[in-house]
Amino acid sequence: MSKSHMLALFSDFDQASEAIRDLKSSNFEGFKLDDVTLKSPIEHPEIEELLGKRPVYVRIFTFFGALFVPLLGFLFVASSQATFLLQPKGGKPVIPLPPNFVLTYEFFILGGVYMTVLGFFISAKLPMKRNKLYNARVSEDQIGILIKAEDSIMPAIKDLFTRHNPLEIMGGDN
Amino acid sequence: MVNTYEETEVAVEKRFVPKPLDINADIAWAKINKDILRSLERPRPIFWVIFIASFALFLVGVSCEVYQYQTGMGVANLNNPQVWGLYIATFIWWIGMGHSGTLLSALLHIMHADWRKPIYRYSEAMTTFTLLTAALFVMVHLGRIWQFYYVVAYPNERWTWPNFQSPLVWDATAIGTYLTSSLLFLYIGMIPDLAICRDNAIGIRKKLYTFMSLGWMGTDRQWANFRVTYLTLACFLMPLAVSVHSIVSTDFAASQQPGYHITSFPPYFVAGAIYSGLAVIITLFIVLRYTFRFEEYMTMPILEKLAKLTFAAGMVWTYLNLIEYATTWYGNDMYAKQALIYRATGPFAPEWWMMNFLGSVLPFALTFKRVRASIPVMLFMSIFINFGMWLERWMIISPTLAHGIYPWTWDDDQWPSFVQWGIVAGSFGWFNMLFMLYCKIFPSVSMYEVKEMLHERRFFKSTNVATARDSAINPDLAVEGGLAS
Repeated sequence: MSKSHMLALFSDFDQASEAIRDLKSSNFEGFKLDDVTLKSPIEHPEIEELLGKRPVYVRIFTFFGALFVPLLGFLFVASSQATFLLQPKGGKPVIPLPPNFVLTYEFFILGGVYMTVLGFFISAKLPMKRNKLYNARVSEDQIGILIKAEDSIMPAIKDLFTRHNPLEIMGGDN
Repeated sequence: MVNTYEETEVAVEKRFVPKPLDINADIAWAKINKDILRSLERPRPIFWVIFIASFALFLVGVSCEVYQYQTGMGVANLNNPQVWGLYIATFIWWIGMGHSGTLLSALLHIMHADWRKPIYRYSEAMTTFTLLTAALFVMVHLGRIWQFYYVVAYPNERWTWPNFQSPLVWDATAIGTYLTSSLLFLYIGMIPDLAICRDNAIGIRKKLYTFMSLGWMGTDRQWANFRVTYLTLACFLMPLAVSVHSIVSTDFAASQQPGYHITSFPPYFVAGAIYSGLAVIITLFIVLRYTFRFEEYMTMPILEKLAKLTFAAGMVWTYLNLIEYATTWYGNDMYAKQALIYRATGPFAPEWWMMNFLGSVLPFALTFKRVRASIPVMLFMSIFINFGMWLERWMIISPTLAHGIYPWTWDDDQWPSFVQWGIVAGSFGWFNMLFMLYCKIFPSVSMYEVKEMLHERRFFKSTNVATARDSAINPDLAVEGGLAS
C-alpha cells in the first residue's frame, strides 16, 4: 500500500488540538501518531501531551562539546607551550596552569556553543527540503496538521478533519 | 463586596490589569508579520539620511587610516608613553557596548521576562556589529596592520606561538569566542523569522531567505529542538559575556602600571559594559521605533523598563567606581594614589569630572517618571550617558599611561591628533552603516516571539480572570490559589 500526505489548516491551536485528539481516539488501522506533524507560527509545547515527547538530542551534543573541546583546547595550548622547552623561562613553569585555565574556560564555552548548534541542525534535520504541502499561512497565524498515512484511510481522516471546520485541506489524493 | 457575576468580572479586571501592558494584546498575528516585513521595504526617509551620514563618516575614517598607514603612526600623535590613545579606549568601549545586547537577551530569556521579546533581536545584532567595529581598532592601533597575523595562533616555520600567559592572547580568544557565539545565537534565534521572510519575499531576497532559513517549516519537532537549543545557548552566553569583559580588564589589571593594577577592575569593566550597552539599546530603540514605524512594538512601558535597568546598572558602576577611588586613596600604594590625584587635578581633569558627572550623577534623572516617559529626553540621556562611558575608557587609558611610575617617562602633551579623532568617527559610521543595513535586510523585531508574547498574555489573562472569578465565587478556592487576600 502506498502512503500519501494531507495538510489541514485550522484557524487556532485549540481547534487543531481537538482534531488531533479525535484522530488519536479513532484508531485507524496502520496509523501512528508519529506520522502526525503539527506546524505552527509559534511553539506549542502543550502538543506533547497529545503527540508524545519529540526526540531532542541537542543536549547530548552539548555535553560532549563542553567536555572534549576544552580538553583538546588545553592540549593545544599546552603542547604549543611545550615546544618552547629550550627557551629560558626565568623559573616559571613551561606549562603554567592558571593562565591555561582561562583559555580552557573559553574553549569550554566555544565547544558547548558550537556542538549545541551542530546538534540542533542534526536533531531538527536542518537544512531540509520543504514538503510540497507546506502553506505559508502556518508561519503567519494558522495551525497546520500534516498527516502521512496509507491511501485507504485518507478519506476517513479527511472526514474527521472536516468535522472540525478546517480552513483548508490540501493533498490526501496521492 | 461583589455580588453579581458582572460586578465580579469588573472587580477582577481591575485587580489583574492595573498597569499598562507592554504591548497591545489585541494585535492580529497577520498584522505583526505585515508591520515587521514592511520595515524591510519602506522605512521612513530618515533611514537614508542616517545611512548616508554614516557612510560619509566611514569614508572619513578610511581616509584617516590610509593617511596613517602611508605616513606612519606619528600622524596620530601616538608615542611613548601614550601608545594606546583613543584607539584602545574606543576599542574597549565598543567591546563593552556589545555586552548588553547578548547579556540582556540571554539573561531575560532565562528569567522568562517577556518584555525582552520585541527588543532583543536588534540588541543581539548590535552586539555582533560592535564586536566587528572593535576588532578594527586592534588592527588600526598596530600601525603595521599587515603584521596582524602574528597574534593568531598557528604553527609556522619559526615555531613561534603567541604567549599564552599574556592577557592579550586571552583577550583575543575570549573576543573571538564571543563574536562567533553571539553570531550563532543571533542566527539561530532568527531562523523562524527568516522562514516568514522567505514565505513573503520575491527575487533575490527570496533566494537569500530560503538559503538562510534552512527549510524551516515550524513543525513541532523543529520547535522542540529549537527551544532546547536556544535556552542552552543562552546559558552559555551569560557566563561568556561576563568572562569576556573581565578578561579585557586583565589586559590592564594584570600589569604593574599604577592606575591599572586594581583588583576591582573585572566587575568594574563588566558593570561599565552593561551600563553603556543599555544606554545604546535605548538610543537604538528610539531610532528604530521612529525609522521603521515600530511604535506598536517598541512601546513606552518597555522603554521605561530599559530606563530602570540602565539606572540600576549605572548605580552598580558608580559603586564600583567609588570603591576603586576609596581603595586607592586609603591603600598604601603611593604611585596609584598619585595616578588618581593626577586624573582629578591634572590636564585630564575636565574630562575626568565630566565622566563622573555623566556616569554617576546624570542617571539620577532616570528616577523621574517624566524623564522616562519623554522620548527626546531619553534619547539625549542615553547619548550623554554613553559619552560619559566613552570618557571613562579614555580616562582609564591615557592619563594612566601619561603618568607612570618613573617621572622621566611622564608626558601629558599628547592630545590625540585629527587622525585619531577621524578614525574614531569613522568607527561610528562603520557601525551605523552595518546596523542600518542589517535592519533593512533582516527583521529587527522578532515576529514569532512577539506572537508568543501575545499568546502567553492572552492565555495568562484568561486563566487568571477565570481563577479569580472562581475564587470570588468560592472562597475555598481562593485560599488554595493564594488569592484570598
